[in-house]
Amino acid sequence: MAKTHVTMMVNGAEVEGLVEPRTLLVHFIRENLGMTGTHIGCETTHCGACTVDIDGMSVKSCTMFAVQANGSDIITVEGMANADGTLSALQEGFRMMHGLQCGFCTPGMIMRAHRLLKENPSPSEPEIRMGISGNICRCTGYQNIVKAIQYAAAKINGVEFQEAAE
Amino acid sequence: MNDLTPTREQRTAALEGMGCKRKRVEDIRFTQGKGNYVDDVKLPGMLHGDFVRSPHPHARVKKIDDTEALKVPGVLAVITAETLKTVNLAWMPTLAGDVQMVLADGKVLFQNQEVAFVVATDRYAADDGINKVVVEYEPLPPLVDPFKSMDANAPVLREDLAGKTTGAHGPRKHHNHIFEWTVGDKDLTDAAFRKAEVSIKEMISYHRTHPSPLETCQCVCSFDKIKGELTIYGTFQAPHVIRTVVSLIAKLPEQKIHVIAPDIGGGFGNKVGAYPGYICAAVASIVTGKPVKWVEDRIENLTATSFARDYHMTTEIAATKDGKVTGLRVHVLADHGAFDACADPSKWPAGFFNIVTGSYDFPTAHLAVDGVYTNKAPGGVAYRCSFRVTEAAYCIERAMDILAQKLNMDPAELRLKNFIKPEQFPYHSALGWEYDSGDYHTAMRKMMETTGYAALRKEQAEKRAAFARGETREIMGLGVSFFTEIVGAGPSKNCDILGIAMFDSCEIRMHPTGAGIARMGTKSQGQGHETTWAQIIATEIGIPADNIMVEEGNTDTAPYGLGTYGSRSTPVAGAAIAMAARKIKAKAQMIAAYKLEVHEDDLEFDIDGFRVKGLPEKFMSMKDICWAAYNSVPPGMEPGLEAVSYYDPPNMTYPFGAYLCVMDIDVDTGVYKVRRFYALDDCGTRINPMIIEGQVHGGLTEAFAIAMGQEIRYDDTGNVVTGSFMDFFMPTAVETPHWETDFTVTPSPHHPIGAKGVGESPNVGGVPAFSNAVNDAFSFLGSKHIQMPHDYWRNWKAAKALGAIA
Repeated sequence: MAKTHVTMMVNGAEVEGLVEPRTLLVHFIRENLGMTGTHIGCETTHCGACTVDIDGMSVKSCTMFAVQANGSDIITVEGMANADGTLSALQEGFRMMHGLQCGFCTPGMIMRAHRLLKENPSPSEPEIRMGISGNICRCTGYQNIVKAIQYAAAKINGVEFQEAAE
Repeated sequence: MNDLTPTREQRTAALEGMGCKRKRVEDIRFTQGKGNYVDDVKLPGMLHGDFVRSPHPHARVKKIDDTEALKVPGVLAVITAETLKTVNLAWMPTLAGDVQMVLADGKVLFQNQEVAFVVATDRYAADDGINKVVVEYEPLPPLVDPFKSMDANAPVLREDLAGKTTGAHGPRKHHNHIFEWTVGDKDLTDAAFRKAEVSIKEMISYHRTHPSPLETCQCVCSFDKIKGELTIYGTFQAPHVIRTVVSLIAKLPEQKIHVIAPDIGGGFGNKVGAYPGYICAAVASIVTGKPVKWVEDRIENLTATSFARDYHMTTEIAATKDGKVTGLRVHVLADHGAFDACADPSKWPAGFFNIVTGSYDFPTAHLAVDGVYTNKAPGGVAYRCSFRVTEAAYCIERAMDILAQKLNMDPAELRLKNFIKPEQFPYHSALGWEYDSGDYHTAMRKMMETTGYAALRKEQAEKRAAFARGETREIMGLGVSFFTEIVGAGPSKNCDILGIAMFDSCEIRMHPTGAGIARMGTKSQGQGHETTWAQIIATEIGIPADNIMVEEGNTDTAPYGLGTYGSRSTPVAGAAIAMAARKIKAKAQMIAAYKLEVHEDDLEFDIDGFRVKGLPEKFMSMKDICWAAYNSVPPGMEPGLEAVSYYDPPNMTYPFGAYLCVMDIDVDTGVYKVRRFYALDDCGTRINPMIIEGQVHGGLTEAFAIAMGQEIRYDDTGNVVTGSFMDFFMPTAVETPHWETDFTVTPSPHHPIGAKGVGESPNVGGVPAFSNAVNDAFSFLGSKHIQMPHDYWRNWKAAKALGAIA
């Protein structure tokens, strides 16, 4: 099949590649770019494991063609750590609050939470739950993911994180 | 002592040993997208394989034409049963003693069954090839309802078993019958029912569902023709078992098979079994001489690799008028689908379903299980439970509520009246188990006090009165569940998989600088073994957990183990870790005695080293002992400090718990709201409370999904209608309730550290709590038992059938 040339910014660096028009963005990221942090859980836009940030929006990269992302600015989980290599507030929140177990949904969860906190820097618990409802986790029951996002919000906002009572 | 000398508390804390909420080691890589899952494995020249699958649930395969497929650019081979027959792999053995087609051999027996395997240069080309394979089918009548499997005129599903009147587990009564398994004293139990003052009987169904981890089943197989070696990266919960199975069925020497299970994206039982994809990828690699990757998509996962449950349990309890149980009689019709691919220890065709007497002192019981074939996907696996234990717990916990309703007794009171008493442990159940330890009354009373159970019952009575007066359309249910799990398979005297005893293992090597590595026969799929196993070692030998690396999943380096499922890792491998650590400690004590110039009996272990009794300043740290082990051991002693333990558990462990679900249901819409869910778990000694709570949250969420809607459903013609996350209920953060966790601690008396295992308890106890809440809500309207799953539509139908809606 004829291939199309695409270029895009991924985690601040310009990348390019030749793709078939039908190549899914998630396959381009994982296989052409070799960045395997973005996962595939369902291929039907339900689970959110493939969530990346494209031009300031959370996008499920299993339901977008690579050619559609031509010229866009993408952030994946590999671009989430602080510049000095330490864990970002969100990554730290997930670890401190035990917001992950098998780790398979985690990159998508973190990417969605990243955008959620840009959209709403101080979300309530119901707002967090609704905000991540496009992302499925099979291990944690979400309670600690909610806490992880609250932890990160507090850290980003420079306030003390207070864990809600059980 | 000066101010810089660490206190005992500081020294203990520095170890991050057992009981500590240690943050997870794994999270550093997982939060940065640096996990290494199977689909992340990319080998030079790697090909991709994918399946042509059957659209029919039951059909003869007349012809497979791959001519056009082989013309598709990138397609290199199309493998069929005929190809596999040349290497004697068209069929494979199942863990349950049956055989299963790897690729359709003459006929197909369930929708989406594997028919041909297309191998291509990438996954897109493989898919193009699949679309060009032409398969000619002759449809046959499908058998969907297990209750019709043994009808005289039922279609013959398994023609390969023609004339076989005996299966792996005894006589077969019918051409679609797999096994009958009976346990208990039938005569005594029948007599108990004849004498019963009160009895109940109900057919309680536990519907077919699926573990559905977020990462599907997948593998990469790479055959090196020169060396004759096969390397398999796969999503395996039990990598060593896979190596042995591959060696036995592919006739490859076991030392030339390297099985690697890298990071696994959840298992929940789905990744225990051997699937056609693994065999086909291995054969494809042998045929093409290149590595071959097989990655299941979600539809394939839900419809082809193992389902769970599908147990239909006719349950009877005999009791006295004042509520003392006197007998239990259960008959199970078990739907295994087209092949009995049940993942149980080999001698247990219905797993440990004979834990069905639960937490109660039944003087007698009898159980019979009939397994049958249908035109559905083969299985079933233990979805986040020990083998068939969640079915058993659901059965008895629903039945106890039905009995309470008949006796007009409170369900909690009925349970308290019938619990096995603390002084009865070790307790021998009527169906053959020896319960190790328990204090059920304390756990139940703590649940009732913490939740304000009496006040909730009062509120329920008031709401029912208000409903009767027409003042509200909301009904309230209290779901009580008290479960006893049986985990830690298992003792070699009664547990094996294909003849291999179900021990587990640990090898610890301490390095000169006071660091070390522990290698395990288990395989984490999210349980956090890299974190918790190091905590056990830290406490046992006094080396900080941060200094211990835990490695699992590589059969070349790990000692042989039976893997991680059935909550067996802590009860079995956890014990192996403690025993290996104690061997290290014993040698360390000899080295310390030599260095401190005392007899080893004069030493005592003190947090992180050995101290001379009565001379507190004479102390040698474990770190220093590690160094000494490599340069100044006592004369005659071998240098080095390492140990291996293969632990054959003397008994299972029996975790238990008391759960309460408070639910409100709107009768006009069927919409429910879980107002409160309280879970008290007793898993014995607690290694990492943070991880335990996380496991409980996750298990409860899966229980919630199953009880309230998650179902693999077939229509009358054998089409599976729940093949994607659109139709298969997968709760998001919005639907999932808030969880309250609590605990008591009753250590296992036979386990080296007293731990019992916890991962699956919340699923086992959670499902009956949700279902009992729904049933309890509707009971005052005259309902006795409403089958799961309890989604809005079925709740609405129940309300309608009970006359609550005009």
